[in-house]
Amino acid sequence: MRWHRLLAMGRKEFIQILRDTRSLAIVVTMPLILMLLYGYGVNLDYKNIPVCAFDREGSQQSQDLLRRFEASDYFTVVRVAENYPAVVEGVEAGQCQLAVVIPHDFSQRLAGGQPAAVQALVDATDDNGANLVMGYTEAVVAGFSQELQMEWLGRQGRAEFRVPLSVEARTWFNEELNSKDFIIPGIVALVMAVIGAFLTSLTIAREWERGTMEQLISTPVSRTEIMVGKLVPYFVIGLLDTALCTVIAVAWFGVPFRGQWTTLLLSSALFLLGVLGQGYFISVVAKSQLAASQAALVSTLLPAFLLSGFLFAIEQMPAVIQTITRVIPARYYVSILKGVFLKGTPPALLAEHLLALAIFAALVMGLATRAFHKRLV
Amino acid sequence: MNRNSPSVVIDGLVKRFGAFTAVDGISLEVQTGEIFGFLGPNGAGKSTTIRMLCGLLRPTDGRATVAGFDVARQPEAIRQRIGYMSQKFSLYDDLRAAENLRFFAGLYNVPRELVAERVEWALRMAGLEGRESAITGTLASGWKQRLALGCAVLHRPPIVFLDEPTSGVDPISRRRFWDLIHDMAAGGVTVFVTTHYMDEAEYCNRLALIDRGRIVALGTPTELKRTAMKGELLLVECQPLARALEALQKAPGVLDAAVFGNNLHLVVEDAAAAAPALRDYLRRQGLEATRLEAIPPSLEDVFVSLTTAQARN
Repeated sequence: MRWHRLLAMGRKEFIQILRDTRSLAIVVTMPLILMLLYGYGVNLDYKNIPVCAFDREGSQQSQDLLRRFEASDYFTVVRVAENYPAVVEGVEAGQCQLAVVIPHDFSQRLAGGQPAAVQALVDATDDNGANLVMGYTEAVVAGFSQELQMEWLGRQGRAEFRVPLSVEARTWFNEELNSKDFIIPGIVALVMAVIGAFLTSLTIAREWERGTMEQLISTPVSRTEIMVGKLVPYFVIGLLDTALCTVIAVAWFGVPFRGQWTTLLLSSALFLLGVLGQGYFISVVAKSQLAASQAALVSTLLPAFLLSGFLFAIEQMPAVIQTITRVIPARYYVSILKGVFLKGTPPALLAEHLLALAIFAALVMGLATRAFHKRLV
Repeated sequence: MNRNSPSVVIDGLVKRFGAFTAVDGISLEVQTGEIFGFLGPNGAGKSTTIRMLCGLLRPTDGRATVAGFDVARQPEAIRQRIGYMSQKFSLYDDLRAAENLRFFAGLYNVPRELVAERVEWALRMAGLEGRESAITGTLASGWKQRLALGCAVLHRPPIVFLDEPTSGVDPISRRRFWDLIHDMAAGGVTVFVTTHYMDEAEYCNRLALIDRGRIVALGTPTELKRTAMKGELLLVECQPLARALEALQKAPGVLDAAVFGNNLHLVVEDAAAAAPALRDYLRRQGLEATRLEAIPPSLEDVFVSLTTAQARN
C-alpha cells in the first residue's frame, strides 16, 4: 500500500461525499430521525391500559375494587358499561384492552365468606401485551383480596397476623423500567448499519455505472488501496455519527452512560468495519447502485432491527432463529451497547462479543478484497 | 526502454465473448516513439484490443506484450508504464478540473514535489488555465477530452493508449488534440490511438485497418493508399446520383462503386482505359457525367475497398 495513493483515494471520496447532497443528508439526518422516531415513537411500557368496567352490583365493595384499577398506574377506566353488549362492543372496537365484569352477588358472596369471581376480558390480539395485562389485573385483584382477608382476620382478633411471603423486587440497570433506556442504545447499531452498508454499497457500483471505474483500474492503484481509501471516509463519518447518537441519547433522552467510552469506541469501530466491508462487498458484486443499495439495506438493517435483540429479546426466539442470530454482528454490538450504556460492563466481560465483531469484520473485508478484480467483465 | 525495441508486440491475439469473436487473431508491432493508428468502424474490435493491451480484459488466446511485459500475466507492471484514456469520458464529473488531476497524480504516485508542477503543465496543455476550479461536469467536451488526456499522461508514461479520444469533439478541438499527440510523440512517447475518423488516420505514422476483428491492412498511410487497393480509382460527377450509382455498379470493368459526398468513386482495373468506356456506357443509359477522372485514393477509399472485398469473400 502506498500512502500517496491511499490519500488520493480517500480525499477524492471525501470530496464526493461532501458534494453529494443526498449522501450528506443521510449522514446528518439519519441519526437524528432514527433517534427521535424510536425515542418518542416506540414505547414498550404498558401504562394507562384502557379499561372498560361493568359493575353489575354497584355496591361499596365492587366500587372499591374498580377504584383500585383506577388508582394503578397501569390502568385507566375509559368506559363504564351499563350492560354486557356494551362491554363486548368496547373490547371489539379496540377501545378497551381489558374489560372487568363484577358479578351481581359480589359483596354478598364475600360477606358470606364464599369466593367471588371477577371476570376479566382481555384483548389478546397482541399476546405479549395480553400476558402483561393479565398479570397486572391479577396483581390488582390479589392485592384487594389480600386486604379483605386481613380485615377478616382482624375482625377475628388476629390483628398481629402478617403476610408470610412477599417479593422485594429491586430493578437493576434500568431502575425506572423505562423502555426508552432499553431501546435507545440499540439505535446506534441501526444508524451504523445504514451509514455503513447503505452508503458504501453505492461507492463501487457508482463507479461502474458512471464509467469511471475503467479509468481507475487502468492505473497502478491496488485493490486494497481502492478499498481502504474508499472506506476510510465512511469509517470516520460512522464514528462521528456514533458520537452524535451517544450525545443525543444521554443529553436529550437522559439514557445513562455507565460504561467506558473506549469500549464504545472499540466496539463501534469493529462493528463499522464489518458493515462497511459488507456494503463494499455487495457493491463489488452488484455493480448497479439500485441493486446494491437494496441488498445492503435488506442484509444489514433488517437483521440489525429484528435479530439483534434491539427490540425483541433473543432469548424469546425459537431455537433455530436464536442460532441464526449468532452470525448477525449487530447482535453482539447491540448487546455491547446495552452493556456500555446501562450496566457499565467492563470490557473484559465483553471480550467474546468484541472478538465476534472482529472476526466478522476480518471475514467480510477479506471477501470484499478478493471479490474485486481490476478487470472489466 | 530501448528506442529500437518495439513498445507493443501483439501476436495472434483473440478475444471471444461467448460465441461472439470480437478480436480474431491479430498480430502487429508498434515501435517506440511511433503514432500508431487503429482504424475501423464501430464494433470492429478496436476498444477490445486496447483494453486487452491495458490489462483490463484477459485475452482468450494469443499473447501480447506492452513495454516488454505480458498483458495476461503482468498487468500491474504495464499499468505503471502506460497512460490510458478510455472511449467514454471517465473522469469524475463532480470533482473540479484540478482535483481530477491531483487525484490521478496521486494514483500514479507522482512525487509530491512534482505534483503542483505537473498539474499546472496539464492545465496549460488542456487550455484550462483559469478554469482549474471549474466542476468537471460543466466543461465543454473539447476541454473534458484534453483534461482526460492530461490525467492519463501526468506521470509521463512512455506509452499512451487513446481509445477514440476525439469522438464527439468539435473539429478545432480535434485539431488541437492531435497537435498534443504529435508533441508527445516528438518527445519519444509511443502513442497507440484508435479512431473512426479517416482524416485523423492521416496524422498517424502507421495504421492498421481493422474490420470485424481482423486486420485488413497495415502500413503507413501512403503505403496503404498506394498498395492496399486492388485497382485504380475514378471520380464520377453525375446527376441524378442514385441512378448513376445503380447503373455503374452493373457496368463492365467496375470492381466497386460507392458514394463519396456528391460524387461517386469507382474502382477499376485500369483508370485510363476505363474512363472513356464508362462515359459512353453512361450516355447509353441516358446519363451525362459532368466529371470523370482518375484520382489518387484517400484512406477512406482504401478502407471501403478492403472491407467490401472482405464482405464479398
